[in-house]
Amino acid sequence: MDALMQFIYSGLTVGAVYALVALGFTIIYNASDVVNFAQGEFVMLGGMITVFAFDAGLPLPLAALTAIVATAAIGVALNKFAIEPARGAPVVSLIIITIGASILIRGASQVIFDKQLHRLPAFSGDDPIHLLGATLLPQSLWVICGAFAIFIGLWLFFTRTLLGKAVLATANNRLAAQLVGINTGFVMTLSFALSAAIGALAGVLVTPITLVSYDVGVGLALKGFAAAMLGGMGNPKGALVGGLLLGLFEALTAGYISSQYKEAVAFVVILAVLFVMPQGLFGEKKTERV
Amino acid sequence: MLSVEGLRSAYGHIEVLHGIDLNVSSKEIVTVVGANGAGKTTLLKCLSGTQPSTGGDIRFRGDALTSVPAFKRLKRGLSQSPEGRQIFTNLSVEENLRLGAFLFTDERVDKDMEDAFQMFPILKEKRNLAAGGLSGGQQQMLAIARALMGRPHCLLLDEPSMGLAPLLVAQIFDVVKSLREREVTVLLVEQNAFGALKIADRGYVMETGRITLAGAAAELIADPRVREAYLGI
Repeated sequence: MDALMQFIYSGLTVGAVYALVALGFTIIYNASDVVNFAQGEFVMLGGMITVFAFDAGLPLPLAALTAIVATAAIGVALNKFAIEPARGAPVVSLIIITIGASILIRGASQVIFDKQLHRLPAFSGDDPIHLLGATLLPQSLWVICGAFAIFIGLWLFFTRTLLGKAVLATANNRLAAQLVGINTGFVMTLSFALSAAIGALAGVLVTPITLVSYDVGVGLALKGFAAAMLGGMGNPKGALVGGLLLGLFEALTAGYISSQYKEAVAFVVILAVLFVMPQGLFGEKKTERV
Repeated sequence: MLSVEGLRSAYGHIEVLHGIDLNVSSKEIVTVVGANGAGKTTLLKCLSGTQPSTGGDIRFRGDALTSVPAFKRLKRGLSQSPEGRQIFTNLSVEENLRLGAFLFTDERVDKDMEDAFQMFPILKEKRNLAAGGLSGGQQQMLAIARALMGRPHCLLLDEPSMGLAPLLVAQIFDVVKSLREREVTVLLVEQNAFGALKIADRGYVMETGRITLAGAAAELIADPRVREAYLGI
């Protein structure tokens, strides 16, 4: 029983990271139908920039803020210089552009920063919290609460605000969005900035637990993408649940079977779910009349 | 209110509008009729800014419009219900209407929505359903209602009768006629020449990118050339 609780805690922590990456996917996907494979690089940048700013003497909160703002700016630049010039290209081409961008960002970070693993001090110390017979690091709580806070913020944004609806409208029908007065160029800029900022925040939160190096983005993007697909692409609720489930599958497999199989089992479960529900757990079936 | 002079537009190297002259005065209903491929939709797209013009002038309420991007034209008072309806299929009917008033946040938005529901009661019934599930006629009503939510001085309507059953066509044309009381100026583009000319004050006949006839709607209906070519009489 104690072991189970321990696995659940570690699964929720890892799952919350996947959920944060998946939430980042959600925004850009909602605005443009593009799956941004540079999302993992945003997480890496968040961690890396924070580490280097912190080592340069900035207090941790300020270093984190610097990283989030800088990464958001890089997200905006990605849209401006890589996605926008290719407007009108098929979605697949745009996705390949984002893969190219992720390779570029990774390479540049290797040169600008270095190839070492880096760590940050935990925000609220390293004394484990005893809860229901197992222990939990305070930093895990930061990650889990961060994922929930971002989820609630995004959910309110897309369902309660006119600007959020404008983002959805832009993805659904860009022409009509312009006709009702929505500046679709601005919506795209905003989406990339928000996505990148959420990615960077994930990086900041998770670096004290998992460490960061220039190449952590690849794996995170893949897991985040899998989580988003499992939950239903484009739905914040799906991203959160998908991420947490994926983390739990991995942790339980690692605990009860073998850590070598943790990814295999997780992906088999995802395949099984998608086989029965191709639109994901919370994805909407699209029905359209013409 | 709206004046177009020598308007040209092209898709690549192929010019489809060869210098269009057209005027719409305040509170008029003006129709542009013509066969498929005459360039009517291209003309409206140039007016709403979703298709670039390659020459000529568009003036609206005294200002040049040619260089104003599409998303800023509604703020100037020009609203379009586009060809093929172009509603937000993934969003609910109510969300579509709310987005029609994207530029506004005052309490008049609620009142305008009530007006829209009064004009098209079926939309009220389906207000929480995804717009993509509506029938063609209901989608057309939604497109018109959404365009009106933007509080236009001038409404551009592209083929509102296309693909609809005769009963629905009559209902849509009744609504367009009723816009006169709401003091909205209307530019209506239609293949259904008879229906459009019956409710319009004036009309233009368009053929292969040019205006070939212009006049009062009643005169055009009586004109033998129009009757032969478009009314099938």
